[in-house]
Amino acid sequence: MQQVIEGYRQVAPAMRAEGDTVVLDANGVYYQQLNEAIRSAVSAGARNIRIENANGQRYIGAGLRARDLRIEVHGTAGNDLASFMDGPTVEVFGNAQDGVGNTMASGKVVVHGDAGDVLGYGMRGGRVYVRGDVGYRVGIHMKAYESLVPVVVCGGKARDFFGEYMAGGVLVLLGMNTQFPGDPIAGSFLGTGMHGGVIYVRGDVEPWQCGKEVGVAEASDADMAELRPILEDYCAALGLDLDEVLAQPFTRIVPVSHRPYGKLYAYL
Amino acid sequence: MPATFIQPEFRVKIDYDKCHKCGRCVQQCGWGVYDFNERPIPHDEKCRACHRCVTFCPARCITIERNPLAYRDNENWSAPLRKAVWKQAETGGVLLTSMGNPQPYPRIFDHLLLDACQVTNPSIDPLREPMELRTYLGRKPDAVTVEPDGQGGFRLAEGGGVSRNIELATPIIFSPMSYGSVSLNVHKSLAMAAERCGILMNTGEGGLHEDLYPYQDHVIVQVASGRFGVGPEYLQRGAAIEIKIGQGAKPGIGGHLPGEKINKEVSSTRMIPQGTDAISPAPHHDIYSIEDLRQLIYALKEASGYKPVGVKIAAVHNVGAIASGIVRAGADYVYLDGFRGGTGAAPAVIRDHVGIPIEIAIAVVDQRLRDEGIRNQASIVAAGSIRSSADVAKAIALGADVVAIGTAALVALGCHVCQSCHTGSCSWGITTQKPELTRRIDPEWGAERVSNLVHAWSHELQEILGALGVNAIESLRGSRERLRSIGLDEQTNRILGVKPAGM
Ligand code: SF4
Ligand code: SF4
Repeated sequence: MQQVIEGYRQVAPAMRAEGDTVVLDANGVYYQQLNEAIRSAVSAGARNIRIENANGQRYIGAGLRARDLRIEVHGTAGNDLASFMDGPTVEVFGNAQDGVGNTMASGKVVVHGDAGDVLGYGMRGGRVYVRGDVGYRVGIHMKAYESLVPVVVCGGKARDFFGEYMAGGVLVLLGMNTQFPGDPIAGSFLGTGMHGGVIYVRGDVEPWQCGKEVGVAEASDADMAELRPILEDYCAALGLDLDEVLAQPFTRIVPVSHRPYGKLYAYL
Repeated sequence: MPATFIQPEFRVKIDYDKCHKCGRCVQQCGWGVYDFNERPIPHDEKCRACHRCVTFCPARCITIERNPLAYRDNENWSAPLRKAVWKQAETGGVLLTSMGNPQPYPRIFDHLLLDACQVTNPSIDPLREPMELRTYLGRKPDAVTVEPDGQGGFRLAEGGGVSRNIELATPIIFSPMSYGSVSLNVHKSLAMAAERCGILMNTGEGGLHEDLYPYQDHVIVQVASGRFGVGPEYLQRGAAIEIKIGQGAKPGIGGHLPGEKINKEVSSTRMIPQGTDAISPAPHHDIYSIEDLRQLIYALKEASGYKPVGVKIAAVHNVGAIASGIVRAGADYVYLDGFRGGTGAAPAVIRDHVGIPIEIAIAVVDQRLRDEGIRNQASIVAAGSIRSSADVAKAIALGADVVAIGTAALVALGCHVCQSCHTGSCSWGITTQKPELTRRIDPEWGAERVSNLVHAWSHELQEILGALGVNAIESLRGSRERLRSIGLDEQTNRILGVKPAGM
């Protein structure tokens, strides 16, 4: 008997091979069966997987660890895409929903459309590139450790709490490919509670947008030297023009202290 | 003006006639109480009454007394309240403290008594008869399907409905205490003890040090809002995964490990730079609803190959409804932490004034889940000041499946509940990262002591079950009929589902 959950059938997706690529048809398939099929293809040795007709299935790529694995998603990737992922590359030809790269350890996610809220939450390594807009709470509590430095580049605009509690890594906001030309590039509370890492914004941000824990300045030549290779890679991944991205000066936002609450307490 | 108006809480007295002038007290004290000038000279104001010097003094010539300084009586303005005001007037800071709530709120466990058999229903001698403490942590099926095994018996049918449970030899596990708040040697002691006792330890939110990998089948790995040390490998190593929403000592408050405690090893386990504060935000920023919680539960299941996932919350006013939501979100267990639960550091105002007792929380959650017909879908783990095997038995009779112990395990390791863990200078080498202090706990010795405690409590539980005339802990679970209360009001009795003694 076939069970239907939230409109999805609990059946394995149709699978076929095209050269060395495993192609999965996600049409109407529940996420558990889809991800199960991905995992068994990976353990059978597949290193190129293409998912067609994705329609909001969650957790694609979650917890996968094969470094040479490539997953293409055609359609809309559901929540928590690439969460806890450590190594693979995921490319979405469409939009992604909330929680992209949640607690991701390494690897790469490229989204050719827009993405939703809480992108890159607790991310500790790897890269997430989004061509268009992102939602609220993006880059919260990203952190870096030694050679592990997470990088998130958002090509459109962001909502409130961009980079809140940020503890490490690089978070970049370009404000270019946006559906909201009239809106400010970021919402309020940018970098609130930030205590590590750096945020680059193409253009200016107003003081009211920023948390009190950050300092704001125009990016120096040295900063741009750090940023340039990231943007090169971003433009290459999404087929964008680097010169156009660099045509405007960038603003650099860093924490004033890496111990923002160090003086808050008195010990009993 | 003197630097402070606050007078020392304790007085350290040395009987110099007996003193060997050996200097051991100087070396043992983590808080630098002693100077040495031909003989030890104590500075009372630094003493935290942890008794490390007293325990190690070969001449037994040290006594620690309460400073008898009288304050003009005032039940309303107690001496601690006056001191707190002075402290805040001096510093302007939030008062930080540690361990569980010490305030004189009623302790409900101490108002509950267990039943025993007399004459008509014989008790059982646990020394001669099997007495089952084995407990399974996790979701139980609504129904199972069985098929004949071909030898006259039955076996579980293929896909018969049983989900992954963790077998515990006794219904006691260790509560989450992070590496960072406690030392690595404490983590090792607990992990080794968990393996020996057939139970579980819990990483807390500070990641899993590789020295604990050999014990990973006995480790719950925790995922908190700071996501420290969390990666796919971490999730795949644990026996179960726990989402930390809250803690009984500080409901609604995030975690904050001060930069001083983030040394090299802690930093590599947490995967954050040395010396930065490890800040766990108060909420998980990807959880704003039960639906979001469900999303994280299943993200963790997907990333770990469908390990059991539990959710830890502080016991707060609306705990019944919250627990129901957690179970419906797909949690395999709900971990309830009462308002007396311990902490490595918390603002005193929160620790002392927020939350509800664990006894009430267990009863309310158990009842709510039963009323909704979903009690089988998740185990209840209860914590927040389980001080003895009697508390374990009472918690289980109220409806818990398993209890978790934190402070009790630390006391087994030498903790004297001096409430100074937040200073990072624990003389007993427990809640510190200073190498000269952490080496005071040898993991082998620690594992032995903690295992002894768990074994002793387990034997006592068997005695209690025998007296109750049952031969399995399952028979006591949720059996509130075997409890009576004394000195509790009618309303509390009703909430607990317990009759007063005599009824
Ligand atoms: S440890 Fe005891 S005997 Fe040794 S110096 Fe201190 S008080 Fe004297
Ligand atoms: S762990 Fe150490 S500092 Fe904390 S209460 Fe126990 S003895 Fe005191």
